[in-house]
Amino acid sequence: MFKTSPEVGGMGHSIKRKEDLRFIQGKGNYVDDVSLPGMVYGQMVRSPYAHARLVSINVEKAKKLPGVLAVITGEDLAKANLAWMPTLSGDKQMVLATGKVLFQSQEVAFVVAEDRYAAADAADLVEVEYEELPVLVDPKKAMDPGAPLLRDDREQKDNHIFHWEVGDKAATDKAFHDAPVKTKVDAFFQRCHPAPLETCGCVADFNRATERLTVYLTSQAPHAHRTLFSLVGNIPENNIRIISPDIGGGFGNKVPIYPGYVCAVVASLTLGVPVKWIETRSENLMSTGFARDYHMTAEIAAGKDGKMTALRVKTLADHGAFNAAAQPTKFPAGLFSICSGSYDLPQAFCEVDGVYTNKAPGGIAYRCSFRVTEAAYLIERAVDVLADELKMDPAELRRKNFIPASAFPYKSPLGWTYDSGDYEVNMQKALDKIGYPQLLQEQAEKRKKGELMGIGISSFTEIVGAGPSKTFDIAGIKMFDSAEIRIHPTGKAICRMGTKSQGQGHETTYAQIVAQELGIPAADVTVEEGDTDTAPYGLGTYASRSTPTSGAATAIAARKIRDKARKIAAYLLEASEQDLEWEPGKFYVKGAPGKSKTIQEIAFAAYTNHPQGMEAGLEAVDYYDPPNLTFPFGTYIAVVDIDKGTGEIKVRRFVAVDDCGNIINPMIVEGQIHGGLTEGLAIAFMQQIDYDENGNVQGGTFMDYLLPTAVETPNWETDKTVTPSPHHPFGAKGIGESPNVGSPAAFVNAVVDALSHLGVKHIDMPITPWKVWNILKEKGLTG
Amino acid sequence: MAKKQHVQVTINGRSREALVEPRTLLVHFIREVPGLTGTHVGCDTSNCGACTVILDGKTVKSCTMFAVQADGAEIMTVEGLIKDGQLHPLQQGFKEEHGLQCGFCTPGMLMSACALLSKNPNPSEQDIRWGISGNLCRCTGYQNIVKAVQFAAKKMSESKTVAQGGSK
Repeated sequence: MFKTSPEVGGMGHSIKRKEDLRFIQGKGNYVDDVSLPGMVYGQMVRSPYAHARLVSINVEKAKKLPGVLAVITGEDLAKANLAWMPTLSGDKQMVLATGKVLFQSQEVAFVVAEDRYAAADAADLVEVEYEELPVLVDPKKAMDPGAPLLRDDREQKDNHIFHWEVGDKAATDKAFHDAPVKTKVDAFFQRCHPAPLETCGCVADFNRATERLTVYLTSQAPHAHRTLFSLVGNIPENNIRIISPDIGGGFGNKVPIYPGYVCAVVASLTLGVPVKWIETRSENLMSTGFARDYHMTAEIAAGKDGKMTALRVKTLADHGAFNAAAQPTKFPAGLFSICSGSYDLPQAFCEVDGVYTNKAPGGIAYRCSFRVTEAAYLIERAVDVLADELKMDPAELRRKNFIPASAFPYKSPLGWTYDSGDYEVNMQKALDKIGYPQLLQEQAEKRKKGELMGIGISSFTEIVGAGPSKTFDIAGIKMFDSAEIRIHPTGKAICRMGTKSQGQGHETTYAQIVAQELGIPAADVTVEEGDTDTAPYGLGTYASRSTPTSGAATAIAARKIRDKARKIAAYLLEASEQDLEWEPGKFYVKGAPGKSKTIQEIAFAAYTNHPQGMEAGLEAVDYYDPPNLTFPFGTYIAVVDIDKGTGEIKVRRFVAVDDCGNIINPMIVEGQIHGGLTEGLAIAFMQQIDYDENGNVQGGTFMDYLLPTAVETPNWETDKTVTPSPHHPFGAKGIGESPNVGSPAAFVNAVVDALSHLGVKHIDMPITPWKVWNILKEKGLTG
Repeated sequence: MAKKQHVQVTINGRSREALVEPRTLLVHFIREVPGLTGTHVGCDTSNCGACTVILDGKTVKSCTMFAVQADGAEIMTVEGLIKDGQLHPLQQGFKEEHGLQCGFCTPGMLMSACALLSKNPNPSEQDIRWGISGNLCRCTGYQNIVKAVQFAAKKMSESKTVAQGGSK
């Protein structure tokens, strides 16, 4: 790969972010900042009950309040066949409740008023009479004969959604039968919520004169949303424009379509004015896409030497009231079958059952490529349990079982073909960086003194970047992605992609890809995303897919431009195309470097002096369908100290050695790692959306759903190895999710390690001081 | 609806006034009367700090204060940081040190950091971490925000030294 100058700013340069200038001046443009003439406000009325029959809804008082323009109920939507909408998982979901409600905070009515305060007042005046029904919160009881039937709208009269399995069950069972060592861990990955700092919302603007609907939307996938709005709402797709402006964090939360969006659109269609609907934080936490809620069991079969022979995984997935998991249609448990991880397991079998409960719908991929976080956590936890059982060093056990570097491309027992990896080198770098032998010695000394210190390793493998389109689709739309590059006559460029940044820095990194491929300085390249009227069709940003798909499309589109530029250069230089050599920014004649044309000169000629018979202009589009997924990996090591008096856990050090292939912008990659590790910390120690036995949400505000501040967050020590993806146009793999996928196991392994000599084998997340203190109390250690 | 009240505040040096309902939150006043939408709303429990502004020299969470309570006050928002077209050292720091990603918490962070540096021009890392502990960020893990504040503290102390040197 050519090395560009810092001024050009191609691959590998930590250039400063182009998007920052507006954000640091308060000039970002988020959905709630959109203000249109005549705009009115929507407010949702929500159910206080988790399961109840709707006896009556009286909207008269609300309608009489000054400033109120409309109150929409499920019965009103039913007349337009919109009371229900399809989910991304082949299920359907109520937009506004009819008949009954199935989770606390479910949408029951939508009030529209001239200002947000009047809308909130009117929402309080909507009188809803409920008749409570038995509540099902424990997924383990969902299939009991006496369990309340939640979804009486379905033909299937039970709470079972799906059974999914992959792998060779018979061979796996045989391997277990034959194995001298067997280990098992039950690990619950708790329900949590991505909680981006900006909640979800929209401004729906239907113009009666033009019959066009413009929706400013907190959307990670604006094109897919346009198509779904068109299909579900029966609106011609050319009359819908989705604008996803600046997005204040997504983390998967902004992939689904929510009832509030649909109601705002219906209200705007009905009233002919723009309607703004912005969730409160509690609405966001209580009703929009949750993540995880996987009750998992992993068993490993091994030889006495620690060589693993088989993995068996059984999982119960709590999907809440509607199966609204945002994932490719052929994968009801997402890419959970990456659960064989970094290990060369001859046999594996994995099965997942999904059930309904009276909880909010979802199952979205929270900073994760569809259930990969659950999988990575499970295998990394299980390997540590095996190490404890064998009294082997967890690093040594991992080394013994790693897929060797020579085995790539590696076919996993659960059907994936890993593109590239060098796990042993990566782990060794992490062990060296943290000083592993010294830490083990320190721990042994501390144990003698009765102090609690733990070291936790996670050497995970991810699977990201969906397509390929032959196996991956969202609601039927194939998972490719796109880029369009237009070079202006003066040699500057504008690019548009089918993805949508929510903070990942696309305006900078895509510009760097163009800079790398064409030699046009990144500063001269404008990147735009999120407007479906202008950007080429794409599936959006989640599952770490932007660099693997649109990033690849950007490189390919740039190479198409370079091919045309070569023809123009040959014409200008009166040379044959074969005699031209490329270096970033110019073509020159072989053996005569002085005879050259810069890309800027060529761009000008493309509009002013192009060869006869050639189309004018210099632009290209590419729709990239990846031949395979990419498999980033890494080793994370956490060191924790535990206060015996309080159960408080202090993360003393954390080393992260990531391998995401070739890197576009090291500064941005490091920033992504810092952020993902902090979310991993939050999941391991703080975040949980829990429910009481009546289905009341226990984590519905930021006072109850805890996020780490700067004080709880440690300093992260990062490093890297580089194993390029062999099938990606510039060898990149994607990074945004690795730190969130890989880190929870490192934290939990460290805490369990600190307590393992006391007989502790496993602790479920979030590991709060209260949980630890209770364990210490039980062991008589609290003093 | 209660009778509307007259509220006058000075925001970033400019007087702004309006008749508002007594229950109007200050953050809504700031965002909707002068249209200064840099101040954000990220929660409804005063936890996230995205709405932080500096009011009469002290940081307040403007979602937790009524506009009428601010009557007569001097307020600085993120839009007031830039001076004569020059970015504030904190703004420079956030850009140079990659102290932001989605940008939603950034205005509140800048305000808290600004108040911190005015009280404590040479903060330790722990001082900075505590100083921004009323502001949540979901993207950065705070590490580069800390560096951004350190960048600004250094830059501001250097320019102060230069200014003092020049006056001798």
